[in-house]
Amino acid sequence: MSTTQLAGPHAPELHGHGDTHGHGTRRGYVIGFLLSVVLTAIPFWLVMTETLFSTPATAVAIFACALLQIVVHVVYFLHLNTRSEGGWTLIAFIFTVVIVGITIGGSIWVMYHLNTNMMPMMPSMGSR
Amino acid sequence: MTAPTTSAAKAARTYHLAEGEDHDHAGGNGATLLGFWIYLMSDALIFAALFATFGVLNSSYAGGPVPREIFELPLVALNTALLLISSITFGFAMLEMEAGRISGTRSWLLVTALFGAGFLGIEIYEFSSLIAEGATPQRSAFLSAFFTLVGTHGLHVFFGLIWIATMLAQIGQRGLGLDNKRRLMCLSMFWHFLDIIWIGVFTFVYLFGVLR
Repeated sequence: MSTTQLAGPHAPELHGHGDTHGHGTRRGYVIGFLLSVVLTAIPFWLVMTETLFSTPATAVAIFACALLQIVVHVVYFLHLNTRSEGGWTLIAFIFTVVIVGITIGGSIWVMYHLNTNMMPMMPSMGSR
Repeated sequence: MTAPTTSAAKAARTYHLAEGEDHDHAGGNGATLLGFWIYLMSDALIFAALFATFGVLNSSYAGGPVPREIFELPLVALNTALLLISSITFGFAMLEMEAGRISGTRSWLLVTALFGAGFLGIEIYEFSSLIAEGATPQRSAFLSAFFTLVGTHGLHVFFGLIWIATMLAQIGQRGLGLDNKRRLMCLSMFWHFLDIIWIGVFTFVYLFGVLR
């Protein structure tokens, strides 16, 4: 079973087998690094100078930068693409992203509503 | 029951070797790399649980210190820079490995390890100064979650450093054989994965913390 699944994408790779297959190139690493530097510098600059935006706008901007930088790292450093290991790394990655989203987003959502629907407490108790 | 399992395993192993002859340069490591990728994905789920915990508890200060008072963003920026540079130097080590240059691979690995050690040193300094200020993990739920999340990442970096040291010795003794190439490719994924987790940490813990 696994033989069939893995053998499918195996054949084309024999032909398109260049220097770069499944690995990085110097150019790829440098592009990834430069993009990462920009996407790291922007959020730090926004938060440390506190000048450009309102707080919600800054929050949205640094959140977007983080998501973009994660994509940059996955593509340029981890070399995730649709072809590596017959697409199974991509499937596993998408599955993980979904679970991570449910875990983090769901927890915060549920606990936020739990907190706001609780009976009023003393501030010192509520903050525990 | 046993016989089919054995023959299936045998068939898989036969294929695995055949793949090694013509698939990857490093040879026969597709299954290992996929397996290691699955491990990384499961490690991501550990961090997802820790991020979720932090997300729920990140304003439970219990009257203790708040992020704006205790986080030093310049230090975090320096840490981020060190880890990011170590990512590209590891990339250069992989390029040297693919070119088959042993000394180049070892040099870049050593540079990577130095940046990684610098990262860890700054993090230990940060933790110890926080604890000295009284911002200990016992102080509030926010600090418990903070130390658990950031500490778990730091622990991963620590084990990554041990792995790099091991590979430096391995390559020194046995060169860049198929085994060592496969190990280096796994280590490379591990190291880049830690940098990805750090993106989440500096954004959601430090920057959002100071912003709040």
